[in-house]
Amino acid sequence: MSRLFLRSPEAVAGTIILALLVAMALAAPWLFPRDPLAIVGPAMLPPFQDWTLPLGTDRLGRDVLSGLFHGARTSLAVGLAAAATSIIVGVLVGTIAGFAGGWVDEVLMRITDAFQTVPGFLLALAFVSVAGPSLGVVVVAIALGAWTQPARITRAEVLSIRERDYVAGARVIGMHPAEIAFREVLPNALPPVLALSSVIVAAAVLTEAALSFLGLGDPNRVTWGGMIAEGRAVLRSAPFLSIVPGIALVLTVLGVYLLGEGAVEASAVKRGNA
Amino acid sequence: MNRALRLIRRRLLGAVPVLLIVVVGSFLLLEAAPGDAVDAYAVSFGGDAGMIAALREAWGLDGTPFARLTAYLWSLLHLDLGQSVAFSRPVLDVVLERLPNTLLLMGAATALSFALGSALGIVAGSRPGSFRDRFLSIGSLALYAVPGFWLGLVLVVIFTVQLRWLPLSGMETIASGKSGFGRALDIARHLVLPVASLGFLYLALYLRMMRAGMAEVWRMDFVLAGRARGLSRRRIVLRHVARNALLPLVTMLGLQSAGMLGGSVVIESLFAIPGLGRLAQEAVGARDTPLLIGIILVSAVLVIAVNLLVDIAYAALDPRVGAGEAQA
Repeated sequence: MSRLFLRSPEAVAGTIILALLVAMALAAPWLFPRDPLAIVGPAMLPPFQDWTLPLGTDRLGRDVLSGLFHGARTSLAVGLAAAATSIIVGVLVGTIAGFAGGWVDEVLMRITDAFQTVPGFLLALAFVSVAGPSLGVVVVAIALGAWTQPARITRAEVLSIRERDYVAGARVIGMHPAEIAFREVLPNALPPVLALSSVIVAAAVLTEAALSFLGLGDPNRVTWGGMIAEGRAVLRSAPFLSIVPGIALVLTVLGVYLLGEGAVEASAVKRGNA
Repeated sequence: MNRALRLIRRRLLGAVPVLLIVVVGSFLLLEAAPGDAVDAYAVSFGGDAGMIAALREAWGLDGTPFARLTAYLWSLLHLDLGQSVAFSRPVLDVVLERLPNTLLLMGAATALSFALGSALGIVAGSRPGSFRDRFLSIGSLALYAVPGFWLGLVLVVIFTVQLRWLPLSGMETIASGKSGFGRALDIARHLVLPVASLGFLYLALYLRMMRAGMAEVWRMDFVLAGRARGLSRRRIVLRHVARNALLPLVTMLGLQSAGMLGGSVVIESLFAIPGLGRLAQEAVGARDTPLLIGIILVSAVLVIAVNLLVDIAYAALDPRVGAGEAQA
């Protein structure tokens, strides 16, 4: 599997990009121990002028390079946490709905419909504005709009799995329905959801960026979205300040997509050979 | 036609419980926010403690949470979405005033992304594995990774700051005195960058869907039959392969409407377009929860309406849909 994985150029590119990002995120507190929101030099220092501030400073004199590194931490942490939350909630809801059937299924699916009817970003906006911006709230806000897709996919998968012989066998030997649902059915319903996980992570990273671009991120953290919004005020004189964090964002999302495509391709090849 | 009517009736009935859940969810958010509708009213129009208490009783806000929910449902049934704190006006009035701008922006972005995305998808999918296909596939993947608001800023730097071709923000030139065609042209110039920023993501999505759909259809027997009959490649691509691959994209038009409405919040804020999305951002800034919830409710209705329209269009395009429903 791993060798197949590395044969696809997409997967290799995605792995390299993400490895660099993870390294940036991990090294941030060690390379830039100072608060990235602290003022460290003259305002709007152009890049490549001062070797201690290689990418210069922003409108308030904060280190851009340090912001990029610390921003990688926030982006990856929020993106992964929000994606994990939505996948876990979605898989649980989907498994219960698909396995229980009847009115439980009906109620859960109508709730899923309702969440899909409301634009996820508006829901996130409303939730953050009511609960106040902090890292945990942002994670939940993003997950509110993202759990429905894994829920639907899991339910569809569970509906087909629960008719299989081994599930009937588990019933015959007297296993508790909850045990069948979570130990026998759920693990087998996971692959299609996991194939989609890269799209969910990418969407979560983009939503976090959009929220912090609108000033709804945790005010005590550096975020790429926040840096882009900051740079907007001086877009004419220093477009660089908005463009650079955006490139970091695009590379992150692209890395996640490429990795996902590579993984899906590799597993397809593996199944084809088997 | 009977088939379409049945479809509409079934969809409308299905929308009732969904809307009810959205309303209950909105109510919970309103309850969680500090202050209630009377506070919102008092902020706008003033009033002493006695009057506030009387209003609270009259609006049914002094009872149990359940009584408050019933009062809320009752006022929604009368199309009363409450009072906006920031605008000192009924929420519905403010929202309906902004809605046309958002519909124009979304309509234009949808048209651009659907037309260009499916056309480029046909180009990529007509010869799978060719250079054009590789180029468009990788390009669309890269485009798919670009956040709309950042793309908007980059376009502003290029077309407004450097080239000075297009206006920076707003919906039209203020007090330009233009009317008719001149005004339409002015609005169109203002909308070029917002529409591009909002639509490019979906362009990439439609391109990828069209290409993937065509790759599936190429393998089917009727394509082989078409070749055997000696049809030209062009005719096979357009009339047989592309036509069949287009149907899933129509479904996507409805599914992406919620996402695009969410995306318009950031794009409208960036380009200062007075639409629903910018209104949502303003509501957050002013801590105007009734207005924000009103926008969510109107958006939900809008998404349901768009999906209904798409379903009707789909039924018209594909005679198989709903044909067997008379028996079911």
